[in-house]
Amino acid sequence: MLNYILRRLLIAIPTLLVLIVVCFLLMHAAPGSPFTSERALPPQVLANIEARYGLDKPLVFQMWDYLVNVVTRFDFGPSFVYRDRTVNGIISQGFPVTLTYGTLSFIVAVIVGVSLGVAAALRQNTWLDYLAVGTSFSAQALPNFVMAPILVIIFTWKLGWLPGGGWNGGAWPYLVMPVIALSTSFMASIARITRSSMLEVLNANFIRTARAKGLPARTVVWRHAMKPTMMPVVSYLGPAFVGMITGSVVIDMYFSTGGIGLFYVNSALNRDYSVMLGLTILYGALTIVFNLITDIAYAWLDPKIRY
Amino acid sequence: MTARIQSLSAVLLASTVLAGAIAGPLAAQGTAPNGDKLADDQTLTIRMLDEQSSLDPQLIEDVSGSDIARQLFEGLTNQDADGKLTPGVAESWDVSEDKLTYTFHLRDAKWSNGDPVTADDFVYAWQRAADPATASEYQWFIGLMSIKNADAVIKGEMKPSELGIRAVDPKTFEVTLSSPIPYFPQMTSHTTTYPAPKKVIEEFGEQWTAPEHIVSNGAYKLSEHVPNERTVAVKNENYWDAANVKIEKFVTLVINDESQALTRFQSGELDRTEMPAGQFPRMQKEHPEEAVSFPRLCNYYYTFNVSDSGPEAFKDVKVRQALSLAIDRDIITKNVLAGGQPPAYTFTPAATANFVMPDVEAAKMTQAERDAKAKELLTEAGYGPDNPLKFDMLYNTSEDHQKIAVAMSQMWKQKLGVQATLANQEWKTFLDTRSQQAFDMARGAWCGDYNEASTFLDLLTTSSGSNDGKYSNPEVDKLMLDARTAADPQADYTKVEEIIADEMPVIPVYHYAGVYMLDTDVGNWPVNNVEQNWYVKDMWKKAE
Amino acid sequence: MTQETRMDRIAEHLTDTEVKGRSLWLDAARRFRRNKAAVGAVIALLLVIAFVLIGPAFARWSNEEIDWTLMGDVAGQGMPNVENGHFFGLDELGRDLYARVIQATGTSLVVGVIGAFVSVVIGTLYGAVAGFVGGRTDNLMMRAVDILLAVPSMFVIILLLVMFGRSFYMLFVGIGLVSWLEMSRIVRGQTLSLRHREFIEAARAAGVGTTTIILRHIVPNLLGVVVVYASLLVPQIILTESFISFLGLGVQEPATSLGALISAGAATITYGTVWQLAFPLVFFLVTIVSMFFIGDGLRDALDPKDR
Repeated sequence: MLNYILRRLLIAIPTLLVLIVVCFLLMHAAPGSPFTSERALPPQVLANIEARYGLDKPLVFQMWDYLVNVVTRFDFGPSFVYRDRTVNGIISQGFPVTLTYGTLSFIVAVIVGVSLGVAAALRQNTWLDYLAVGTSFSAQALPNFVMAPILVIIFTWKLGWLPGGGWNGGAWPYLVMPVIALSTSFMASIARITRSSMLEVLNANFIRTARAKGLPARTVVWRHAMKPTMMPVVSYLGPAFVGMITGSVVIDMYFSTGGIGLFYVNSALNRDYSVMLGLTILYGALTIVFNLITDIAYAWLDPKIRY
Repeated sequence: MTARIQSLSAVLLASTVLAGAIAGPLAAQGTAPNGDKLADDQTLTIRMLDEQSSLDPQLIEDVSGSDIARQLFEGLTNQDADGKLTPGVAESWDVSEDKLTYTFHLRDAKWSNGDPVTADDFVYAWQRAADPATASEYQWFIGLMSIKNADAVIKGEMKPSELGIRAVDPKTFEVTLSSPIPYFPQMTSHTTTYPAPKKVIEEFGEQWTAPEHIVSNGAYKLSEHVPNERTVAVKNENYWDAANVKIEKFVTLVINDESQALTRFQSGELDRTEMPAGQFPRMQKEHPEEAVSFPRLCNYYYTFNVSDSGPEAFKDVKVRQALSLAIDRDIITKNVLAGGQPPAYTFTPAATANFVMPDVEAAKMTQAERDAKAKELLTEAGYGPDNPLKFDMLYNTSEDHQKIAVAMSQMWKQKLGVQATLANQEWKTFLDTRSQQAFDMARGAWCGDYNEASTFLDLLTTSSGSNDGKYSNPEVDKLMLDARTAADPQADYTKVEEIIADEMPVIPVYHYAGVYMLDTDVGNWPVNNVEQNWYVKDMWKKAE
Repeated sequence: MTQETRMDRIAEHLTDTEVKGRSLWLDAARRFRRNKAAVGAVIALLLVIAFVLIGPAFARWSNEEIDWTLMGDVAGQGMPNVENGHFFGLDELGRDLYARVIQATGTSLVVGVIGAFVSVVIGTLYGAVAGFVGGRTDNLMMRAVDILLAVPSMFVIILLLVMFGRSFYMLFVGIGLVSWLEMSRIVRGQTLSLRHREFIEAARAAGVGTTTIILRHIVPNLLGVVVVYASLLVPQIILTESFISFLGLGVQEPATSLGALISAGAATITYGTVWQLAFPLVFFLVTIVSMFFIGDGLRDALDPKDR
C-alpha cells in the first residue's frame, strides 16, 4: 500500500512538470499580454515593463527561470497585474477562504445527499422517492448563477437575515449562502448516486440472505448495505471536491468571498501569467492528491482491491 | 516677473476654518458645512466593480485604484465639487513668464506617521514614476506632462535624478517643462503625481502598501485590505485638515455583478452603486432621491478601419456618413441605456471644460431626415439590395456593449439593408485584434485624462498609439499641434470636430453619464465633477 | 468515477450476449419501455425538439428583430402577450423571447450533441487503440490520459475561449476534446478483456489488420457503453455551455443559447421582468432533467443486474 502511494506521488512530479510546460506555452500563445491596455503604451514604456518581468527573454528561458524559482524556493513569482502582490500571497490569502467554504459545502453535500439517497432507495417507488429523484435532477440542472442572486434577494433583501456578501474572516452568517449555492448541485449528484447504488446493493444476494435470516431492516441497511453502497459515492467524491473548489468562481463573484476562483478566471482574462500558472499548478496538485485519496478510500472499502 | 496664482478656494477654506473657530461650541461635531445634521455613524460604503490593481500612487492604472488612493494620499492639488483645481499639499504655485517653470509652495502637512511632507517626497515620487526600474505603466503620464528630460529618463538614457524637477527647499518644489502645456497644473491632481514615502518604500519594497506598512499623507489611512472583498480606510488624525474631515471610515466592497450590487444597495449595505443599463427610469420613479445621473467626461464610439487591411467600402466617405446617420442615437440613449446619456454627434463630450461645440449638421436634422440622407448616400456609393454592404462589427464582451451593437446592427439592417455581423471578443483579445487592425469596425471609448478637449481629439491624430482605425489627416495633425501652444486652443478643437463630422472616421454614439444609486444620507457627492474625482474628506453622512 | 463499474458490467454483458445474438437490444428496449420515468422523459424531450422544429411556424417575430415600439418599456409592456405576438414576452432589448427561446434551445441541443459526439468518438478510438495494441504504447497513452486528467478543465475551457473565441462550434469541438478522457479509460478496460476473445483471435489468425479489427470488431462491441455514456454526456456539455455563457464567452449575437438567456434573465429578476428568466429556465430544466432520466433509464435497461 505504502509502496503504491509513493509510486503515485512520484508519477505526480513529471505530471506537474508537463502541466506547467503545456500551460506556459498555451498561455503565451493566447492573444494579448498582461500589459495590453486600452491606451497603447509607448514602446519604450512597454519595453521597460517587459524587462522588469523578464518577458523580453526567449520563452524557453522564461520557463526555465520560472521552474527554477518554483522548485528551489517555492516562489511562484509576482503577479503581473496586482503590482504589490505575489502569487504566493494571493494563494495564501484566497485559498483558505475557498477551502473553508468548499469543505463545508462538501460536508453538507455528503451528509444531506447520502441521507436523501438512502431514504429514497429504502422507499423506492413511493412519493418520497419520486420527490427526491425529481428534486435532485432539477437541483443538479439548476445553474448556481441563478441560485446565488435568488438567495440574496430572499435572505438579504426581503428577509434581511443574512449579509449579501463578503467574508469577514469566515463568520457563519457570511458562509450560509455560499455554502447553499455551492453544495446544492453536488448534493443532488450524491443523492442520485447513493440511491441507485443502494438499490443495487439491496437486491444483491448477500442482503437477501441477511434479510431471509430475519435480521431487522435497520441492521441490514447499516451493518451490511452501507459499505458497498458508498463505493461509487466515494469514487465520485474526489473529483467532486476538486469540482467544488474550481466551481467557486460563481460564489466568489456573487458573494465577494475573495476566494481563488475569481482570481483564477480574472487571471486568465487579464493574462496575469504568473497567477494563472500558480493556480493551475495548485488545482493540478489538488486533483492528483484527491484522486489518490479517492483510490485509497476505495481500496479500504473494497476488500477485493489490493495494491 | 512671475504671475502669482492664488486660489480663491484657499481663501474660502481659510475663512471656514476661522468661522468654525469663532463659532466654537455652536458648530459642534453634529453639523456639516451646509447645516445638515450629521449622523452618528460616519461610515461611507461604496461598491467597486473590480479589485484595484495597486494602491501605490505611481503604479496605479485603474479607476478603483485611483478612487481609493485619492483618499489615502494627497497631491500638490485637488479638485473641488465642480472639478476646479484647489490647493492640496501646495498652498499656492507660480509659473514663470515663459510658462516653462512651475514653483509649488507647500504647506505644513504630515504623513500618517507624523513625518513632515516635503518637496523631497514629491521629487522622489516623480523620479520613481519615470524610472524604468519602477516599470510603471503610467510612465507615459510623466511623458505627457512634458517635464524636461522625461523621455530620456524613460528611455534609460538619463538617470532619474536628471528629470526636470527639484526641491528648492523642503517647502518649495520646482518643475521645469520641455514645452509649455496649458493644462499642466490640472495634471498635478493625478494619482501618478502623489508624493511617496521613500523611507517606507525602501524598507518594505513592493509590499509597502500593505495595511501594516503603509504610510500616507491624505485624509485617510488604510486599515484593512482583503483582495476581491473589501478595503477599509479610517480617518488620518495627522492630516493637516483633519478637523474638517467628517467621514470617519471609508469602505469599498468589490462586487463584480452589478445587479447583485443593486440588490445589496437596496438591502442597505451600500451607499453608492452603479445603475445597471436601462434601469434608471424605473429606479427614478421608485426612488427619486436616490437615482442620480450626471454627465461624465467619456465618449463611446465605433471606429472604421480605414487602413489598408480595412474593407474597401469604408474608404468611401459616403458609406461612413450613411452608417453614422442611420443610427438613431435617441433610441440608444433613451431606450437602451436610459440613464440620461447625451447622444453624441461630436467626438468630444459637451461637458468638457471650455469646449465650444461646432455646428454639426447631423445634430440638427430629424431622424427621418437623417435616414433619408443615409439611404441616398449609400445608393450613391453603389450599395443597395443587389449589392448589400457587409462587414463585421467588433466589440468586447459585455452585456451593455452587446445591447448597443445589436440595436445598431438592426437599425442598419432595417433602414439600409446593411448586413453587419456581430463579433464579441473578451477584452485582451479584443484589444489585440483592434491594435493590429484585424477588424472592419470596432467599438471604442475614451475617458479624459484631464479636462480638456485635446485628451479626446489627440486620439484621431496620425501618431496616436490609440488611433486603431488609422485615420490620418495632415490638417487634423497640424491643428492639434498648433493647439498645444495656441493662446486659445478651443478654436482649433472646434475646427477639428468639423473635419471629423465631415469625414466621419468614427461614429460617435453617445457621451457617458454617471448613473448611480446614491443613498440620500450621503452629503456633498460631487455630481458636477465630470471627471468624477471625488474626495471623501469633503463629504459627510446626514442624520435621517 | 461512478459510472465506471457499471459501464464495465454493461460492456461485459453486451459482449457476452453479442456473440449469441441480437436479442439483448430487444431485451433492453423492453426494459426501457417499462421504466415510466424514462418513457415520460423521452416524451418530454421529443416535445422540446418538436417545439424547436415546429415552433418557428407560429412565431410572428424573428429572433433578432427589435420591437422598436415597446423596447423602451419592457418591464411595463413587454410581458407575455398573445395579441402582439410576443408569446413569451420580450427580452431586455425588446426582442421576441419566443423566437429567441426556440433558437436558443436548438443551439443548446446541437452544442450538447456535437460535444458529446466528438468526445465519444475520440474516447472510443483512443481507448480501443490503447487497449488493443497494448504494451508500451498502451502504457504511454494511458500516462498521457493521467496527465490530462490533472489539468483543471476550467483552465482548458478558458484558454479555448481565448483561442477559439470567435468560432462557437469550434469551441464545442474543443470541449468535446477535453471530456473524452474518462470514456477512453472505460473503453480501454473493455478492449483489454476483449482482445483475447475467440472471435478476435480468429480475425487475427485470418490476417485481418489491426485497424480493421479495432473498427470492425472491437468498437461495435462497445456500443452499449458508448450509448449510455453519450446520453449522460450531452446534458453535462449543455451545463458547461451555460457556464461559459454566464462568463459572457458563448455564442455570438444575435444567436443565443439557453445558458445565455438564463444568465441574462437571472441578472434582471429584480427588475420586474421574471419571464425573461422563467421561460428559458423551464426549457433548460426540462431538457436537462429528461436527458438525465433517459440516460439513467438506458443504463438500467442495458445493465443486466438492475432488473
